[in-house]
Amino acid sequence: MSDVSQPAAHPPVTDWVHDFDHTDPQWTEDPFPIWDELRAAGPVVHTERFLGCYMPTTYEAVREIANDSEHFSSRRIIVRDVRPEITSRNSAPPITSDPPVHKPAKQLLLPPFTPDAMKKLEPRVRAICNELIDGFIAERRLDAAERYTKHIPVRAIAHMLGISESDSDLFIKWIHMILELGIKDETMLLQAVHEMSAYFGAHIEARKNKPTDDLISYLMNARDKEGNPLEDSHVLGSLRLLLIAGIDTTWSAIGSSLWHLARTPADRERLIAEPELIPNAVEELLRAYSPVTMAREVVKETTISGCPVKPGNMVLLSFPAANRDPKIFPDADKVVIDRRENRHAAFGLGIHRCVGSNLARMEMQVALEEWLKRIPDFALDPAGTVTWSQGTVRGPRQLPFLLGKAM
Amino acid sequence: MTERLRIHVDPDKCQGHARCKALAPELFELDEYGNAHEAGDGTVPPGLEDKAWLAKSNCPEIAIDVIEE
Repeated sequence: MSDVSQPAAHPPVTDWVHDFDHTDPQWTEDPFPIWDELRAAGPVVHTERFLGCYMPTTYEAVREIANDSEHFSSRRIIVRDVRPEITSRNSAPPITSDPPVHKPAKQLLLPPFTPDAMKKLEPRVRAICNELIDGFIAERRLDAAERYTKHIPVRAIAHMLGISESDSDLFIKWIHMILELGIKDETMLLQAVHEMSAYFGAHIEARKNKPTDDLISYLMNARDKEGNPLEDSHVLGSLRLLLIAGIDTTWSAIGSSLWHLARTPADRERLIAEPELIPNAVEELLRAYSPVTMAREVVKETTISGCPVKPGNMVLLSFPAANRDPKIFPDADKVVIDRRENRHAAFGLGIHRCVGSNLARMEMQVALEEWLKRIPDFALDPAGTVTWSQGTVRGPRQLPFLLGKAM
Repeated sequence: MTERLRIHVDPDKCQGHARCKALAPELFELDEYGNAHEAGDGTVPPGLEDKAWLAKSNCPEIAIDVIEE
């Protein structure tokens, strides 16, 4: 039941422009009007919370920061109440790496995640979706987050890593501790990292004697430019990253997409009539409901859209807010499933583009295709409540649906 | 509209979002890391001009040039 526990509360926000808080319940529930307010106030805003934090509000400012690793380091990528010490034990290369260390670490992870590699994984993901749907299709009411969206990415990444899909609940618990509870409670963060390291450490040891055909063995067999194997701590860090980054994020993206379709019969009917439009709709849903907010730490004095920032300052890098910037996206607040021009930043911009973007896209497409094929009629259950995850990754954690035609 | 189009992917800007490959598979190829480059010498065959512009306007890194020759 760790899933329903919430991090310690901050004082409620009354002045968003000078005191924003991306963990405030109002932001969690409906961030879109807040982002409009912040954008109207200026291209960058500041809060004293989280030991002081800046937030660029426009797409262009977000792009500039994402492309400037000289001044903005990725060694801290989550805005927290505390600044945990940076060690090899809590780093997760390449997402927490800067140049020149970043590129070789990233290149190591890229080949297993190309679009072609994802095509090979697609039948397994399709089967996972159908197994899940089989489990609830006869029911009239269900929580689609708990029964469907949550399990697709966790099983897909477990399949790739070569670990048991039945350990899913464990992975989901760790992620909740790191990404949500860990924002305000460092013990939770450290405990989760410790448990994950022990779990993967055992898997690494087992493969030393008996190599397998999976992502863990792939990383263990990888060689750096000098031909040396990676240190165990690097392998562990990358495994932690793949698990953390591969689950909550896509769970959120699939959930937000179904949430939108449950409330928007016209889009649902169009995608059923024109399933070839689903990949395009996925891009638009990624833009409108981007799950992931990252951060950077300022390491060299500079400015953001004219505002001076100093080493040690944290910067909240809200790709979701950037994707609602009306200067870049006409009708930014509307979901236009056949939008033709869409340079959205849901997977980040610059060198830290999400390694798993092709995986996430494939999972979203398959999850929507299979759902719409088998469950063309569904709606939000008025007797239930939709809840959203807080902070770094936003998506529905309870998604009460009624299946079938409305009576 | 008789001019020919040529496309070019700036390898320093491309970060492997692979949007171009999804939207215009005939015009782009991906390397082992998933980063894109133009197919062949980048000449856009007649009939695929719209796809070339579509790929350009969906590249999050603004890495694609479409040159009218």
